[in-house]
Amino acid sequence: MKGYNFAYLDEQTKRMIRRALLKAVAIPGHQVPFGSREMPLPYGWGTGGIQVTASVLGPRDVLKVIDQGADDTTNAVSIRRFFALTAGVATTTATAEATVIQTRHRIPEKQLREDQIIVYQVPQPEPLFRLESSRVETKRMHGLADYGLMHVKLYEDVARFGQISISYDYPVMVNERYLMSPSPIPAFDNPKMDMMPALQLFGAGREKRIYAIPPWTRVRSLDFDDHPFRTINAPYPCGLCGAADSYLDEVVTDDRGGRLFVCSDTDHCAERRAAGHVGTDGFQEAAE
Amino acid sequence: MAYVAVKGGEQAIDNAHAWLAEERRGDIATPALSVRQIEEQLGRSVDRVMAEGSLYDRELAALAIKQAQGDLIEAAFLLRAYRTTLPRFAHSVAVETGTMRIERRVSAIFKDLPGGQVLGPTYDYTHRLLDFSLLDDNAAVSECATAVANSDVMPRVPDILGDEGLLEADVVSSREPGDLTREPLTFPAARDVRLQALARGDEGFLLGLGYSTQRGYGGSHPFAGEIRMGEVSVEIEPAELGFSIDIGDLILTECQMVNQFTGSKTVPPQFTRGYGLVFGFGERKAMAMALVDRAMRASELGEDVTAPAQNVEFVLYHSDNIEATGFVEHLKLPHYVDFQSELQNVRRMRQEAAE
Amino acid sequence: MTLTAGFANPVADAQSCFRAVLNAMARPGRVHLVAGVTAPFPLCGAAAAVLLTLADHETPLWLDADAEAAGGWIAFHTGASIVTADRSAFGMALTLPDLTGFPNGTDEMPETAATIILQVASLEAGSRFVLAGPGLRVPAILTVTGLPTDFAAIWQRNHGLFPRGIDLILCSGGHLTALPRSVSIKDA
Repeated sequence: MKGYNFAYLDEQTKRMIRRALLKAVAIPGHQVPFGSREMPLPYGWGTGGIQVTASVLGPRDVLKVIDQGADDTTNAVSIRRFFALTAGVATTTATAEATVIQTRHRIPEKQLREDQIIVYQVPQPEPLFRLESSRVETKRMHGLADYGLMHVKLYEDVARFGQISISYDYPVMVNERYLMSPSPIPAFDNPKMDMMPALQLFGAGREKRIYAIPPWTRVRSLDFDDHPFRTINAPYPCGLCGAADSYLDEVVTDDRGGRLFVCSDTDHCAERRAAGHVGTDGFQEAAE
Repeated sequence: MAYVAVKGGEQAIDNAHAWLAEERRGDIATPALSVRQIEEQLGRSVDRVMAEGSLYDRELAALAIKQAQGDLIEAAFLLRAYRTTLPRFAHSVAVETGTMRIERRVSAIFKDLPGGQVLGPTYDYTHRLLDFSLLDDNAAVSECATAVANSDVMPRVPDILGDEGLLEADVVSSREPGDLTREPLTFPAARDVRLQALARGDEGFLLGLGYSTQRGYGGSHPFAGEIRMGEVSVEIEPAELGFSIDIGDLILTECQMVNQFTGSKTVPPQFTRGYGLVFGFGERKAMAMALVDRAMRASELGEDVTAPAQNVEFVLYHSDNIEATGFVEHLKLPHYVDFQSELQNVRRMRQEAAE
Repeated sequence: MTLTAGFANPVADAQSCFRAVLNAMARPGRVHLVAGVTAPFPLCGAAAAVLLTLADHETPLWLDADAEAAGGWIAFHTGASIVTADRSAFGMALTLPDLTGFPNGTDEMPETAATIILQVASLEAGSRFVLAGPGLRVPAILTVTGLPTDFAAIWQRNHGLFPRGIDLILCSGGHLTALPRSVSIKDA
């Protein structure tokens, strides 16, 4: 794009972000403060993820952007356009074709590979923020690996509800050292983070933090022996492709309680349908 | 009927932008508003956008206001996103408000003082009656009698008090001031960084916080020692020259609050300072800033930290309206994946409770 | 004295070198090729490229006695100020320096630790070390010529400080690899 550098950010800013990324990788799960810049998209729209992607992206990369698992949600479309315009990179909706995947709220269903990087947009990097609002305090707790507050919270959940009540942004321990927010992905996606072959990068623009999980790193969802971590998903197969193991969106189809459950990962669903898989609500589409 | 997922986000975005452009222009029978008109006739909006946008450029601020349909936070955001890409050629030396070319200067703590009280272009004593004559675009404006204040004999009021030792001394630091636009906020945050955050902060937020200190939430017994507005010179000192050169002028508003302080074991009773400085004519903001600055000095002065305005972390993390508006408004982005997991969770918990 | 050029394509070359370093940090010990800088004596191409990619006026740099010959080139192309080891963000060395002389961060800010760029004779032949830790599904073998004989013990003291500790980028010719503080090292 005329008048702007490749991928929008100036080289000085990229160097600063790249240094933060390297430290983040060297200290898995630790939040590294960085000089987050004001981007031409609002805070909350993925400015952290955008800055990380802009610092990582090269002309040979193929970029996929998803929001809620879907490539066609408006904000995903908008961010993909931003990079197509400012970096001129190839974009794709196919998970397998992408070298860099920027995401908000989901991890694709297809297992990611060693040659891929996933960039998470993070609204609130501090996993303890609901329990302790002062970042001076939470920083001290991370320094001491003092996560008693979180264990008490989970214990109280069990005492009150008979189970841990967190269903998304479910806290994880990275490499048995740092308590980390996985970003607001559903707990369903947490197990994918553990020993993932791909490099995982996290950017929080407004909160000015970057963190990372190297490939093949232990990521453990907090739980108790007698209340093990469990994922949550609607107990149905996808209505369009019949997948029984993908995370489902609930679509309201009428005002009489009608519901349709479909894959949240639109690429996964489309790929399955193209391969001939049909769900109970999908046959009509094929007939049309 | 089969369910068809909503597609065509790209087309929807294009359509939304086209509609927005049409809305912005309004009825084309009405002449378009020029950027020059905004710059000249909506000066206080321009000032606010420059202050919160952290960029002193009247024309660009006016353009941003036009582009944002007068939404001043949106306009400040446009300026911020633009300034972020600008290369930095130099750092100015500290501006000298003591030699400001005064347009307004009032002190609430002395009846008269060297240089006198200068009301300047203020709304203070206007009666807030709608002026229907302004409905006529061609209404004549009567000429005003401007007496140019003699800035040479206008010492800053705190300096007058300081001479007697009644007011705490200003601490001169040789340290390079921090810059929140380049480095993330860290704690404890020094006063230079706090003042920068306040100068960029949202006027409404600072106003509310400053007001809260007056109602007992961290009171500091403030007096408006001096408010001055006018033009100052900006100078840079290129290393190869070894002396400073004037590169332009800024209009600034400065407020020095003088606050009662009973003293402590080590410090005799004296007055303390709260400081406000903003781009343009921003008296309300400068005064609120001075109140909040003083409130945030509570712990440094050995006072109990009990009120929101005294909590440095609370104030600094929530004063920026670009950050705040982004995060509040991002709630309108899709969150259906998280909501679905909550939904399934609640359904399961209800089911298990019923069993 | 005339200085050789920096990157031929500053934006693309820096990005490509950064990805090599990022991948090396993410998968410790894996060796990557970085493309073209005409390196100033006595630096190798990879070390020069890493400096151009990561160092600037915001990163104080320490040079060991052997690297000082390239000081003019580094200062001109990066703008980094040359400082003592204890104040540095980066170290550029041709011999492994005493790691304890560099900032190793604090418990709350371990990211403030220095990164040392160490030029070695070879990343293809030499002593063999076994690496384990984040980034490695199974332990990996690193082969280096140019590290002290007691390197594994030196490193384990650094690794034992985790999350504090020094990160190392090893460069030889056009090749580089990285040893983040998170990795543990034994003699093979």
